[in-house]
Amino acid sequence: MIFFLSFILFLIGLYCVLIKKNLLKMVMGIVIMEYSVSLFLILLGYKKGGFPPIVTAGVEGTNFVDPLPQALVITAIVISIASLALIISLCMRIYQKYKTFDITKIRKLKG
Amino acid sequence: MFELYSLVILMIVGSLVAIHTKYLLSAVISLSLVGLILCVVFLYLQAPDTAITQTIVEVIALVILIRAVPIKKDTMGIKGAKETFSAIVTTIFLVLFAFFAYKALLDLPQFGFPLMTVSEGYIRDGLVKTGSANIVTAVLLDFRAYDTLGEATVLFTAILGAIVVLRKVGRK
Amino acid sequence: MKENKGMTLIVKTVIKFLAPIVILFGIYMILHGHLTPGGGFPGGVVIASAFILLTLAYGKEVAEKKMKRSLASLLESTGALFFLILAVLGIFIGGWFFSNFLPKGEPLKLLSAGFIPLANIAIGLKVGGGIFAVFLALVIFRIAGEGGEEQK
Repeated sequence: MIFFLSFILFLIGLYCVLIKKNLLKMVMGIVIMEYSVSLFLILLGYKKGGFPPIVTAGVEGTNFVDPLPQALVITAIVISIASLALIISLCMRIYQKYKTFDITKIRKLKG
Repeated sequence: MFELYSLVILMIVGSLVAIHTKYLLSAVISLSLVGLILCVVFLYLQAPDTAITQTIVEVIALVILIRAVPIKKDTMGIKGAKETFSAIVTTIFLVLFAFFAYKALLDLPQFGFPLMTVSEGYIRDGLVKTGSANIVTAVLLDFRAYDTLGEATVLFTAILGAIVVLRKVGRK
Repeated sequence: MKENKGMTLIVKTVIKFLAPIVILFGIYMILHGHLTPGGGFPGGVVIASAFILLTLAYGKEVAEKKMKRSLASLLESTGALFFLILAVLGIFIGGWFFSNFLPKGEPLKLLSAGFIPLANIAIGLKVGGGIFAVFLALVIFRIAGEGGEEQK
């Protein structure tokens, strides 16, 4: 059920990307989708009663949560900030050229 | 479990506010609220590395998004019959998508009992084979260093692209 | 002249004391990446965020004097190259790509885990330099025909 809640978050982001006409709102939708995907991956790796996957001195046992999704999600988060900067720079160039963020008006000015 | 559900529902409410408010600055702030709740969720799910990364990246994303908000108000609502129609069609599509996804998500392993076929080996041999006490770092930089190399390439390309798009001096 | 740029005196004074501590925390996070939560990715972003803090408080001229964009790009490329050299050295010494060729050492000590601390340093340089370079590019960019962004 908790998986489905994270999927609802993904659908909210998708709705924002499909419906909104403001470029910045679409960027926010993409960011929400990124959040939901990283949340979903970490939820998949959670083990009931598990500990963080770090060996500490004096503590025996390997009852750890899954370290693999965590490692993948760290890289995904850092990629997301770089891609966000790329998207934002493209949006600023578009704003400089057309003086608007409305995608319907940008389409009309094409040619 | 109750804490986890309430935090995720708070995230959903925050994202709904972010996409429906008229003021872009409020939208950006609601979005970063969603990200910061995500950090707390990561901590609850025993993922401290990811929580640290998400916190710092969230703050920088907030700064970058605020940099890009030149207008205060978003006046582009849904108007006209055509746009209303497309909004209704999109909503129907998303509801169908959610229905089939619910059917599919039932096949996943139950929450709290993951399939750890690959990770068993990493946890068992991580300290002996790599000498790293932090198993996440061991996975990141030793067992799956190819992924990190690919990630470094993607990061390099994205940053190069942003700098090229933003540079002042262009080709004549 | 310089006092007029950036934020007020209070913010500047606080950040003057805060920024070195933030950079120190980032270096700690990178060097202890194989023992504690952290590692190259968050450590690099922490160091970049310290410079971002300087940029926001003092204006871009002072921050550019401390860390030029070309220098940040150079650090990023150095980190990527260092990481790749570590990987290729593994072929010649250890036998395969990304083999952990250095001695493992005693677990739970700072000098352990083979080449993982070196790779953490490379990743930290790469991520920190890259994010600060792209932030400077975003700050310097001005939309033509407008004095500031808040005009509209």
